[in-house]
Amino acid sequence: MKSQPVHQGRLKTPFYSRLEKLDTVNEWHQWKGYSSANSLYCEDTEYFAIRNATAVFDLTPMTKYRITGPDALDYLNRLVTRDMAKIRPGRVAYAVWCDDQGQVIDDGTIFHLREGEYRLCSQERHYAWLLAAAIGFDVTVTHETDDVAALAVQGPTSFSVLKKMGLDGLEELKPFGLTHFDFQGKELMVSRTGFTADLGYELWIDPDKAEALWDALFEAGELYGIRAIGTHALELARIEAGFLAAYMEFLPADETVRTGRSRSPLELGLEWLVDFTKPNFNGRRALAEEKRNGSTWRLVKLDIEGNKPAHNSYIFENAKGNKGHIGFITSAAWSPVCKQNIALGTVKTPHGKPGDTIWVEIYYQREMHWNRTMAKATVVDKPFWWPARRGATPPGPY
Amino acid sequence: MTDRYDAIVVGAGHNGLVCAALLAKAGKQVLVLEANEQVGGAAVTREFVDGYSVSACAHLLYQLQPEVRKELGLSPSLSSNNMTTIALSEDARHVRLKGDTAEGVSDEDAANYRRFHKRMTRFADLLRKYLNKAPPRLGTTDFRDLVTLGQLGFDIRRLGKEEMQEFLRLIGMNIHDELDERFESPLLKGAISLDAVLGTHLGPRSPNTMMTYLYRLAGDHGRVGTPQGGMGSVSEELAHAARDAGVTIRTGMPVKRIVIENGRATGVETVGGGRFDSYLVVSNADPKRTVMDLVGARHVETGFTRRIQHLRSKGNAAKLHLALDGLPTIEGLSKKDFAERIVIAPDEHYVERAFNPAKYGEYSTQPVVEITFPSFRDDSLAPTSKHVLSAVVQYAPYALKDGWNDAAKDAFKQVVISTIAKYAPDIEERITASELLTPADIEREFHITGGHWHHGELTLDQFLFVRPVSGAAQYRMPVDGVYLCGAGAHPGGGVSGAAGRNAARAILRREKAA
Repeated sequence: MKSQPVHQGRLKTPFYSRLEKLDTVNEWHQWKGYSSANSLYCEDTEYFAIRNATAVFDLTPMTKYRITGPDALDYLNRLVTRDMAKIRPGRVAYAVWCDDQGQVIDDGTIFHLREGEYRLCSQERHYAWLLAAAIGFDVTVTHETDDVAALAVQGPTSFSVLKKMGLDGLEELKPFGLTHFDFQGKELMVSRTGFTADLGYELWIDPDKAEALWDALFEAGELYGIRAIGTHALELARIEAGFLAAYMEFLPADETVRTGRSRSPLELGLEWLVDFTKPNFNGRRALAEEKRNGSTWRLVKLDIEGNKPAHNSYIFENAKGNKGHIGFITSAAWSPVCKQNIALGTVKTPHGKPGDTIWVEIYYQREMHWNRTMAKATVVDKPFWWPARRGATPPGPY
Repeated sequence: MTDRYDAIVVGAGHNGLVCAALLAKAGKQVLVLEANEQVGGAAVTREFVDGYSVSACAHLLYQLQPEVRKELGLSPSLSSNNMTTIALSEDARHVRLKGDTAEGVSDEDAANYRRFHKRMTRFADLLRKYLNKAPPRLGTTDFRDLVTLGQLGFDIRRLGKEEMQEFLRLIGMNIHDELDERFESPLLKGAISLDAVLGTHLGPRSPNTMMTYLYRLAGDHGRVGTPQGGMGSVSEELAHAARDAGVTIRTGMPVKRIVIENGRATGVETVGGGRFDSYLVVSNADPKRTVMDLVGARHVETGFTRRIQHLRSKGNAAKLHLALDGLPTIEGLSKKDFAERIVIAPDEHYVERAFNPAKYGEYSTQPVVEITFPSFRDDSLAPTSKHVLSAVVQYAPYALKDGWNDAAKDAFKQVVISTIAKYAPDIEERITASELLTPADIEREFHITGGHWHHGELTLDQFLFVRPVSGAAQYRMPVDGVYLCGAGAHPGGGVSGAAGRNAARAILRREKAA
């Protein structure tokens, strides 16, 4: 392990100079040591850029690890629950990894960059776990968060913007595919991935070329409504997509203290990611047992009556709420694009099967005074927002 | 001949043989594969120079469990039994310990020692009961585990209020503080300290040394003996018992790996390329070797691999063998005293100071030594009127800072011989040949990772419920069909057979349940 100097204070991403120029509200938070904008001018406008035009989000602080070596595939296959042998070079896999008890440590995306060479991305940091997982394998795990600048370019016009920028052949790229271009003498990786469930891409480049890439992108996007966005707009899109977020829908298992506060992939609706035909992976034994005996929790997507977002609400079996709660909301929002009051939540099984009706206790404030309402909610099994354009190849010329 | 067995035991150490014999007695077809040419693992007798033989690693028998003796019909013949421990003093006023009597100390110390010994053996008996059971899992709902846990609580409570408090006070404590409170004789304190730290990476001031002392007493109340023909004869007797029960033992067959297919053991592959099939593979090897080398990290989970990798298993005890053309002279000892166990640990501070360098990867310049002359009552070990000296020497850290090269070994050997010469001035002229086995040699020769007696430090964090690590304390590894039966499993090392017996019982019980 090579030692690196530790940065003092908060880091700025290679795109900071550009973000700073666009920023009018000065609302930043810290994301794994980096300054990240909550919003740059107006959350609503930023959100509509995702759904109606092209939104650009600086995802450099996203944790990135490079995994290489002769055992890279075997290593990943033991690490994550899905079968990575099926992920060919040039493909990206959404994956989840567990501890020995089958409890989720985090979810993320694994990019098969080239034969035997992978990049694992996640919201949280996991170097210690990844190194422990490397014991007995011939692999090298390198933390490369700071070495790769990354942008999410999401929205219906994103393909047109990138095409105009000169990325010829991008129309061939299918969802969860990745490809490489030359950008001013450096390699630009483009993957058709994102956190919005819309047509969109993620761009990965050497930090030296970050500003040049930004400028080229915004020049190309001028007539396509391109806008930089902050995390608040993205968070709303994330909930509409029904995607999970660490510390919202689950706690990383290695961060929990109390028993029962972590979640298994089966409890998060990720059974499709768990491949029991693999003879061994972290958590396999525990998950096989859970599958036999049944899970304790179930993740639910809820379509809720009314227009009051069900932030932090308890969930009940009936409208009176007199039988004790059966779970709680983990993420909630009014979805402008769906015109729906939506939420993600966690409920005790056997409650929360798709189609079930359950009740959500919503508190809201009106002119200082608090009101309480029990809102009827329907469990849905599809993402709230999943437009056809997301998957169309070639993408439409919006 | 079929190459498919009901069970394959990897390693013919004493625990492996006990486990194999008990499985065979239950009707299983059992194959034992041993890497070395001799059975016995670290309990072997071997010639170290023409005409002189010695117990190569373990040299005293004090823990062979009555249950093991009984179930396998063992009756090892001892050349010396119930040996007196003689703690040498430079002024020849040695202290002698046997059972609950201490000679050569003040009347007050002698009385205190009697009380101390009584209490310690009582606690050791309690411990012994649990050495012969699979440790219960914590946080379990399994009925048997809950019963054992309940029993343990009850047994501790049954000591009586005062003794229970005393037990709970002592169990995690260091032996130095306890000895300092009770005794005045430095030799007495030194000798007991030595018993507490022998075979460990601990000094008398290290927490947990009360427990290691009790562990030693739990064998046979501290009674030690030397088997006729050396420790190898015990292993040979075990091998006979195993063969009588139908076990096939093949020596000179080092196992390369345990074959895992679709998440379960299906057999073993030898270094020579041989393949033997069985759905049950029991490893007498240490936990690290078993998991990291034989099974392979990819077949177990990350948390488990990490725990195994972090197991503390670096040995500190070296073995010195001397061929002597006659008994040395030790002032204050009569001739028959050479049949006893002689220790160099003049006081408890000496033992602690001997430990100090070991913390920093250096060997003791004033080591503690446990000496026996096994040839004194056993003609089979040395030519007539000649003798062998067998000594356990501490501390000789496995990971010596600059490595155990020939120069370091020679230097340390000289240190030990000079230490002995303080009490036996003519020892050097008696030596006709010598051999020093460092933990690194023990690792190489007996295939024990770190060369540690116990296959893993015997401390509270690696004991009982969590030995070798949590998640594997009941002999079953987290890979279907793989079990552990060696000293790395509960209860630990020493030629006791307890781990082997417990493992066999755990395997048979599980089969019955399935």
